[in-house]
Amino acid sequence: MAEVRLLELDGVEARYGPVKALHGVSLSVGEGEVAAVLGANGAGKTTTLRAISGTVRRGGRIVFAGKSISRRSPEAIARLGIAHVPEGRGTLSELSVRENLRLGAYVRRDRKGIRDDERRVLVHFPWLEARRDQRAGTLSGGEQQMLALARALMLRPRLVLLDEPSLGLAPIVVAEIFRIVSELNEREGLTVLVVEQNANLALEASSRAYVLEAGRVALEGTSAELRRNESVRRTYLGY
Amino acid sequence: MLLAFDWTQLAQQTVIGLSSGGLWALLALALVLIYRSTGVVNFAQGELAMFSTFIAWSLVHHGFSYWEAFFLTLAISFAGGVALERIVIRPVERAPVLTVVIVTLGLFFLVDGAARWFWSSETRTLPNAFSTRPITVAGVAFSIQDLGNIAISLGVVALLWLFFQFTKLGLALRAAAANPDESRLLGIRVSWMLALGWGLAAAMGAISGMLTAPALASFDQNLMQPVLLYAFAGAVLGGIESPFGAVLGALLLGVFVNLIGTYVDWIGTDLRLPVALAVILGVLLVRPAGLFGRRSARRV
Repeated sequence: MAEVRLLELDGVEARYGPVKALHGVSLSVGEGEVAAVLGANGAGKTTTLRAISGTVRRGGRIVFAGKSISRRSPEAIARLGIAHVPEGRGTLSELSVRENLRLGAYVRRDRKGIRDDERRVLVHFPWLEARRDQRAGTLSGGEQQMLALARALMLRPRLVLLDEPSLGLAPIVVAEIFRIVSELNEREGLTVLVVEQNANLALEASSRAYVLEAGRVALEGTSAELRRNESVRRTYLGY
Repeated sequence: MLLAFDWTQLAQQTVIGLSSGGLWALLALALVLIYRSTGVVNFAQGELAMFSTFIAWSLVHHGFSYWEAFFLTLAISFAGGVALERIVIRPVERAPVLTVVIVTLGLFFLVDGAARWFWSSETRTLPNAFSTRPITVAGVAFSIQDLGNIAISLGVVALLWLFFQFTKLGLALRAAAANPDESRLLGIRVSWMLALGWGLAAAMGAISGMLTAPALASFDQNLMQPVLLYAFAGAVLGGIESPFGAVLGALLLGVFVNLIGTYVDWIGTDLRLPVALAVILGVLLVRPAGLFGRRSARRV
């Protein structure tokens, strides 16, 4: 596979005050693929995404679309086209659904493109139309997760960072969210780096995966390989 | 009994109450704006407004007309508010609330001291913004000044509402105030949004000050201290989280304080401020969120 590498992390470290959470993570995401990061609680999955989007102090080399972003601010990184859907969904709960979507496109200047994308997003999330004037904080957890994804799409992102989309949601809702992610990837070539505790789902939806343990990449490979891997099966898949 | 009641006086006093309430509302709105983005009451807001009013006074004394000075001062105050946030508040942006409160208290004395240093402490006057002629509506005489104050304060409130509701920048300001971390991920320059909020608050305070001063026989550096207290009382009454509440609270308070001063002899003009303080205390005891304050979003 000689695809273009959109995102590359090389020896990335990150810390929260005195506590080091990443001890040199190296991974890459190719243009148009869904990559997954698996691992137990505290392995550094969320921190890896936060290092990319610049919301944690980090070191090492992070290159996105040929540009080093390891010293850039979250605002600047969003402007490069990285949409981070954080843990807890990052819903602007006081604002309406429509306002959330509008702010997803905040850094864009192409009015017509934004209107087109509003329609495009509604194809994947038709129910948003009827709820557009409702305050986002009053949506259910699953709806908020989908709104967060829809809002990320409004950036017309080159890369979506999706943090634990299954957190606290019913299995049927989680399945729906992963179905939409796969659909977006297949139909629109959306590139996604998803962090997920539910390894089954993550390996199903992705083509490449990394297993984090204690702030390091312990295993990597295609998702098909990892599904067959004995230790991954025992530790993360449960069979 | 009912026939003997002076309805003309009631109408006049209500309008006078709305006039001062409107000016308190502008400062109350400034307080709410800062409170929503930083979580603290800016104790220096009144002194900043006083400083702006003195700038306007200086401009008038250098030959500008009242309205020229008014709009120049607005621009200067906005820029000053932005600069102040950049220089004084930015370093403590992520500090605990108490630190920020102390900083705004420090700012109170700093601005107050600066105004006393730049301008001597003698009393001074600003020309009237409006004609002092009365105007008769339905047989009742009102002062044009009061009606003008009401029109300007409500107009500013409406403009601000349109700005926050219907412009992208206004939307980003609201988002940055409520969810700074999430807003950053959307590419919103949160730190600059806070500075913009300080600029807007300073400009609103300036309007309040520049309309408060002409109504007085004379003013000095203590000009805005009672106004700050009334504004704070109004904001607490309406709910300090709610811009609408703060405006309505200040207007209600203006009418209430003026009517009670008119009709209850022993209160008169001397005891109006304690009445406002009693309102703060009463609201905090009975309904801490204020009349229109609401708790954060609930799931349905």
